[in-house]
Amino acid sequence: MAVLSDPAGISGGPGGKGGKGGAGRPGGAGGAARRSRVRGTRRAGRPPRLRRMPVHLTLVLVCLCWLVPILGLLVSSLRTPFDITSSGWWHALLPPWRFTLDNYTQVLTTGGLGRAFVNSLIITIPAVTVMTAIGSVAAYTFARMRFAGRGTVFIVIIALLVVPAQMALAPLLRLYNDVHLAGTFAGIWLVHVGFALPFAIYLLRNFMAGLPEEIFEAAAIDGASAPQVFLRVALPVSAPALASFAIFQFLWVWNDLLLALIFLGGDPSVAPLTVTVSNLVNANTGQGWQLLTAAAFVSMAFPLLIFLTLQRYFVRGLLAGAVK
Amino acid sequence: MTLTSSVLLAAAVTAGVPVALFGYLWTVEKALTPLPERTRRRLRPWAWLAPALVLVGVFLLYPMLNTLVLSLRNSGSTGWAGLSNFRYLLDDATVHAALRNSLLWVVLLTGGCLLVGLAIALLADRVRYEVAVKSIVVLPTAVSFVAGAVIWGFMFNYQPAGFPQTGTLNAIWTELSRQPPVAWLVDNSTNNAALILVGVWMTTGFATVIISAALKMVPAELVESARIDGASGWQTLRYVLLPQLRPTLTVVATLLAISAFKAFDVVYVMTNGNYNTDVIANLLYQQLFINQDYGRASAVAVLLTVVISPILVLNIRTLRREWRA
Repeated sequence: MAVLSDPAGISGGPGGKGGKGGAGRPGGAGGAARRSRVRGTRRAGRPPRLRRMPVHLTLVLVCLCWLVPILGLLVSSLRTPFDITSSGWWHALLPPWRFTLDNYTQVLTTGGLGRAFVNSLIITIPAVTVMTAIGSVAAYTFARMRFAGRGTVFIVIIALLVVPAQMALAPLLRLYNDVHLAGTFAGIWLVHVGFALPFAIYLLRNFMAGLPEEIFEAAAIDGASAPQVFLRVALPVSAPALASFAIFQFLWVWNDLLLALIFLGGDPSVAPLTVTVSNLVNANTGQGWQLLTAAAFVSMAFPLLIFLTLQRYFVRGLLAGAVK
Repeated sequence: MTLTSSVLLAAAVTAGVPVALFGYLWTVEKALTPLPERTRRRLRPWAWLAPALVLVGVFLLYPMLNTLVLSLRNSGSTGWAGLSNFRYLLDDATVHAALRNSLLWVVLLTGGCLLVGLAIALLADRVRYEVAVKSIVVLPTAVSFVAGAVIWGFMFNYQPAGFPQTGTLNAIWTELSRQPPVAWLVDNSTNNAALILVGVWMTTGFATVIISAALKMVPAELVESARIDGASGWQTLRYVLLPQLRPTLTVVATLLAISAFKAFDVVYVMTNGNYNTDVIANLLYQQLFINQDYGRASAVAVLLTVVISPILVLNIRTLRREWRA
């Protein structure tokens, strides 16, 4: 159970960073390099370069399968409505090029995507900040304090982590309708924070439990109080784990559709990008592809930016987030 | 609420909650100071856990238990309904169809992601551009299923025969086979597979990075000695690599199976369960939000949890072992 017990070396404390070589950093694993050298020495009738052609071809095909759908959407979002419906997107790759940004201006202004983008930010940023703050305090408590009942409470948290969130929806919606939290940002923040806390506690506790005892003792000897030790010692050294968690959750909340549909509804003044784009799909009768393609790209812009700049943290979060 | 006040509230929460939280910890510490060290050590953890425990209790633990109660009550939860909601699960044809499709999701999504992910991890391990391949395959895991559904809705686009086929798949299909175009998402022989294909495309990257990470952990000596003993590539895979990867593959399979059973977004966006593509999670949404039937929605949630409970128990055990370690 190597995956769950040490997701990408993140839970092993800061020491795990060195040798483990998580995904995306295969260079860290010496075994891989040695293995390929052994393979290279294998004798075969054909020259090695030719013999490896099937491998290269398969991998190129794989990459095409993953890139072509995205490329098709991107190219289409830059074409005129007439072009989109009259010819396949691949025709646009040949001259004469007639790309336009009209679709983007249209979805952002009249299509309501601009407001949805702001709503997604309003939903995501406070929710992720609050869950990270409260989760790190609880994780630190589990990791560094001894108290009666600790094991039992932690098992309950783990159980809540693996039970599907669907189990909690009906009573919450009933409660929300009664106390008028349905359709409010406060309501969706609370749901996201509550649902993410078991994962926050599980992930951050594993990291903090692996930190060396000495750094905490040194701070205590210097006369720091418990909150000071947490703020000045535990939080800074846990930065990599906090970053992985926050980035993973940012995308999780940003990409969420189900909770937004149920607890926010379709009201455009609160609906995030996922809800707005899915409404556009339902309204699309075959003539609206130029808006839909542009809208989908607007909704992907932030996740893609994060993926491209912070890929390592994201992949670590993905590995650790496997349990969700 | 206006946009400005929403933005201000969001900013206040983002900045205020962490500050308030630390203020709370500081106040607790001040209140504990006069007490003897032993009492302090006993009380402090609970005070520190309180914010998290209250939120988890109100938003997860209580609702999850309450769902069990609601599943025995009528649609508006105004009176008891006995087992009628569960009889609905047993008798209703739409529930059966959704359950059948969900099982299809579990089998095909799990199998598909596992096989493709394993193949990509093994092949990419042998080339120098491994990082690039894995980045490309893992890219969709960063975007929403809604975006994935739009991307593939465009790939599956259907125009009647005689019109220009703007959907990539139908353009390739009509060109190669000289057959009429296929309405992938409507035709009952293809639509479930088409939806699951979107799921596989979105999720394979996740399987790939995990399997790939496990592959790097396989001791090089094992592979080396198999080679020296004259094992072929397939034999090395079958008798050395796969047994080594088995624990990882099992874990990935359980996680994929759970997510397949909870699949909602792709179905909701692409077909909304029409044309015989409904799944359990979409049924739950329909009963809960569209029909506002708390009783039936809760019964569906209980069904979903019961079906995957063997996997859940397995996962709890794994995580618990780690806590003890």
